[in-house]
Amino acid sequence: MRLITDIQKYSIHDGDGIRTTVFFKGCALKCQWCHNPETQKAEKELLYKEEGCIGCGACSKVCPNGAVSIQNGKAHTDRNICTACGECTDVCSLNLREIAGKEYTAEELVKELKKDEMFYEESGGGVTLSGGEVMLFDMDFVEAVAKKLKRAGIDVAIDTCGYAPRENFERILPFADTFLYDIKTMDNAVHKKYIGFGNEQILKNLEYLSCMGARIYIRIPTIREVNGDTASMKAILSYLKEKKIRAVQIHLLPYHNTGSSKYARIGKQYMGEALHAPSKEEMEGLAKLFKEAGYKVKIGG
Amino acid sequence: MEERGMNERIRKLRRVSLDTPARIDLERAKSETETYRKYEGELSVPELRAQVLKEYFASKTLYIGEGELIVGEKGDAPQAAPTFPELCCHTVEDMRVMNDRELIHFKVNEEDYKVQEEVMLPYWEKRSIRHKILREMTPEWKAAYECGIFTEFMEQRGPGHTVGSVKIYEKGFQDYKEEIQEAIAHLDFLNDAEAYDKKNELEGMKIACDAIMILGERYAAYARELAEKEADETRKNELLQIAANCDVVPAHKPQTYWQAIQMYWFVHLSVTSELNPWDSYSPGRLDQHLNPFYQKDIEAGILDEERALELLECLWVKFNNQPAPPKVGITLKESGTYTDFANLNTGGITPEGENGVNDVSYLILDCMDEMKLLQPSSNVQISKKTPMKFLKRACEISRKGWGQPAFYNTEAIIQELLNAGKSLEDARKGGTSGCVETGAFGNEAYILTGYFNLPKIFELTLNNGYDKVAGRQLGPQTGEAAGFSTYEELFEAYKKQIAYFLDIKIKGSNVIERIYAEHMPVPFLSVITNDCIARGKDYNGGGARYNTKYIQGVGIGTITDCLAAVKYNVYDKKKFTMQELLEALEDNFEGHERIWNLVKNKTPKYGNDDDYADDIMKSVFAYYREQVTGRPNMLGGTYRINMLPTTCHVYFGEVMMASANGRLAHKPVSEGISPEKGADTNGPTAVVKSCAKMDHLQTGGTLLNQKFTPGVVAGEEGLTQMANLVRTYFNMDGHHIQFNVIDKETLIEAQKHPDDYKDLIVRVAGYSDHFRNLSKALQDEIIERTEQSFH
Repeated sequence: MRLITDIQKYSIHDGDGIRTTVFFKGCALKCQWCHNPETQKAEKELLYKEEGCIGCGACSKVCPNGAVSIQNGKAHTDRNICTACGECTDVCSLNLREIAGKEYTAEELVKELKKDEMFYEESGGGVTLSGGEVMLFDMDFVEAVAKKLKRAGIDVAIDTCGYAPRENFERILPFADTFLYDIKTMDNAVHKKYIGFGNEQILKNLEYLSCMGARIYIRIPTIREVNGDTASMKAILSYLKEKKIRAVQIHLLPYHNTGSSKYARIGKQYMGEALHAPSKEEMEGLAKLFKEAGYKVKIGG
Repeated sequence: MEERGMNERIRKLRRVSLDTPARIDLERAKSETETYRKYEGELSVPELRAQVLKEYFASKTLYIGEGELIVGEKGDAPQAAPTFPELCCHTVEDMRVMNDRELIHFKVNEEDYKVQEEVMLPYWEKRSIRHKILREMTPEWKAAYECGIFTEFMEQRGPGHTVGSVKIYEKGFQDYKEEIQEAIAHLDFLNDAEAYDKKNELEGMKIACDAIMILGERYAAYARELAEKEADETRKNELLQIAANCDVVPAHKPQTYWQAIQMYWFVHLSVTSELNPWDSYSPGRLDQHLNPFYQKDIEAGILDEERALELLECLWVKFNNQPAPPKVGITLKESGTYTDFANLNTGGITPEGENGVNDVSYLILDCMDEMKLLQPSSNVQISKKTPMKFLKRACEISRKGWGQPAFYNTEAIIQELLNAGKSLEDARKGGTSGCVETGAFGNEAYILTGYFNLPKIFELTLNNGYDKVAGRQLGPQTGEAAGFSTYEELFEAYKKQIAYFLDIKIKGSNVIERIYAEHMPVPFLSVITNDCIARGKDYNGGGARYNTKYIQGVGIGTITDCLAAVKYNVYDKKKFTMQELLEALEDNFEGHERIWNLVKNKTPKYGNDDDYADDIMKSVFAYYREQVTGRPNMLGGTYRINMLPTTCHVYFGEVMMASANGRLAHKPVSEGISPEKGADTNGPTAVVKSCAKMDHLQTGGTLLNQKFTPGVVAGEEGLTQMANLVRTYFNMDGHHIQFNVIDKETLIEAQKHPDDYKDLIVRVAGYSDHFRNLSKALQDEIIERTEQSFH
């Protein structure tokens, strides 16, 4: 059983064609720029938009654990007590409360994903399993889903940060058509600083997939302060060359802060305030590096 | 204002068309009154009606604008709107309202108020069709009409939906006249009881042929007159060419591309001057009709692409010069627009079943793109045989965000026509007109009779047939809602209410049909509608090869969500009782926030590819269809349904209290077959899948409006997937889809009222998201960005 935060249809920038992207909940990395912070924690949690709250108290009355109180005219939820049971979401007349994370069985999930089959066929699309990190936790579930999709003739893309045990990749390999594989930086100190972990395992898994002949799109979140300079990109480039990583496409994804408002909704603080996207010209310059090395490059997904 | 058009000539003509305010022009009404005074009682009704057209065309003010290459105006100049007192004789008060109202106004000359009061009203008020209709309708009909259960299309406009066939490019009106003479010669006065009526009708048609030919002759003479006075040599030659064209058409069949366009335009003016048929008149498959002339002229070296495009742009200006005749009252509410619904179907397939896209198809796309005019509604038919290149070019224009072209599904149209008993050949020549209504072009009178308010009837069902807004018992007493112990009982009661009002509507329509057949024949339109001559019968009297009446269901999204809200919360999950719901509705949900949140946000809704709601949609649709389709009309055809609203969903919402899906009192109901605003939260694929669960092939057209922000459809990827979305919807037999690529104003509204725009998707930065889920700062940024991408 895995929790899903969202199933996004008509995804046209997460792989080829018209796709449905599944956001699995739970990720080990703590990227400062993460725009889906509600997918980091593996368990259910409350999403709450404080801005519109009028402090009517309906949520606090209905909470079975006494986690909600009204403070300064707004609902305040003690997240140490809150079990994310969802009782309060029915009674909030302004619809400000929501639970992130819905349980699906593999059958239920695949049934939902098959709904857009006709669009996949017409457009050469399919399903993208994303997150959070799809390759972590309950691989039985992920493998079962991928297998069922494969059996139904649906293209499966795995959107991964690579930070997961090798055996998980071994298990998914027979059922995945494409890997959308993130590389952030070759500089391990920088990697640790912004992400919380080093990149060793990530790169090893990538080398393994490439060696096994997997179809790989390299995706590089591009952030001025982290890797948005020629030297950082050249380092990635020479790594790809040296290890003979067979990347079908390189996607340079310029940083955006669209997820920043979500942090407050899960009671966290956004750490990426100081980050910036490179300018359009800089992005084009970086893309050119890869182009000249013979890769097919796209700015954006 | 933004200047558009391929050259200075077109830009000037376009500017005049857009800058001139619409105004009332009584020339036609005055001429008609004189004709009636002179000939009524002497001529048969069809002859008299044709004589009205003839006298008008023989005396009307002619207009040739500076630089025009295609000539002829319905009134005395661009934006002049003739009136039709024989249909609806406006009161002086009506005219003041038209002059003063903020939207869709028509300027009225001071002296025309007097003419209306002293000439028109005394003569026409009680003779008008509107008066006759209101006299004949029953109290039940009037009550339902006044309370917004249904509308009536023919109340102040004649039966419309008239789309040209290829015939007018193959023969001139001299030829038509001979054909009519032949038909008169073959009338069987020995055995045919209707022979005398047929003769009158055919004589009327002959006069109508004279009418259009007189107009042509007069324009030829006028162009020569102007040419004589013209100092500029180039323009002089153009005027002489115009005169030469008018020597050929409309009396004879067109010889050149230019003449073919002029021929169409004379026919357009004749149909729309003869009577005011809503949905004016449409060129239909213009690309296929013009292509042989285009190819021949190119071959002969007398035409090039630029000139061909310029002539199309001249025609576009002509369409745009004609505002829809002024409407008042409920009819204005159901169709509050200047648009006269002339509609093009570009692309599709040929009568032989081959890909119909040709060189002129691409010229038409270029023309609509460049002109950016609301009229003509320049739409495309997409078949499985249509090249991707054409579809993508159409998407490229559509994504610019002003709604044209809309996309029609050729295979669905053909199936719909075959299901309605048309031959395969006629079906392939068909298409859609008005908004989305299916018809066999040139062969069919397919008449919209009125909109039918499906959600309002559910409101009555919940109140035992009582209309709480109007304060009167309107429907039968089908039981107190709180007394229904199952959803099925409730649904049964709803069905009874629908059946009751449909009977009232259809009885009324049948009478109205006869009123038109008796008093308001259209001999000109009958000439160009196949089989009217052979049958000796009028278009309004069953003369066309096929005769269909449509009743348009409105609010399928709203009614589905209402039923789902009750089924889910009252019967299945027992979240609240029926009594609690009724109280919440009565109070417009004030003080019932929990119920409001549940029905609005926590209930399965149509438009999300969720079978719980979509099955309910199917059940309502199926019942509505069963009750209407196949019932006989009085013209030898049957009633059928289609699902479209024009602007009626706003009016139908006005007459309603709050509804069970959380829609507040007097707010619009859903439009077409689109989901209720804000109900669809799973993106466009889920929307089209929900919509495709309706059996489109059993309708005569459905309308789906899909909203996007420019970013979602931007770039090659956005364009390709937009095309794929259209293809896939059409693979599932969807009838029609149009795209609304959101402008800045809407985004600002969306920011103020996020709940009404839950389905609004915006392209953010390398990915797409729901607008409502973005922070205010980001929304602001996108609003700014959107503006940049538009200018």
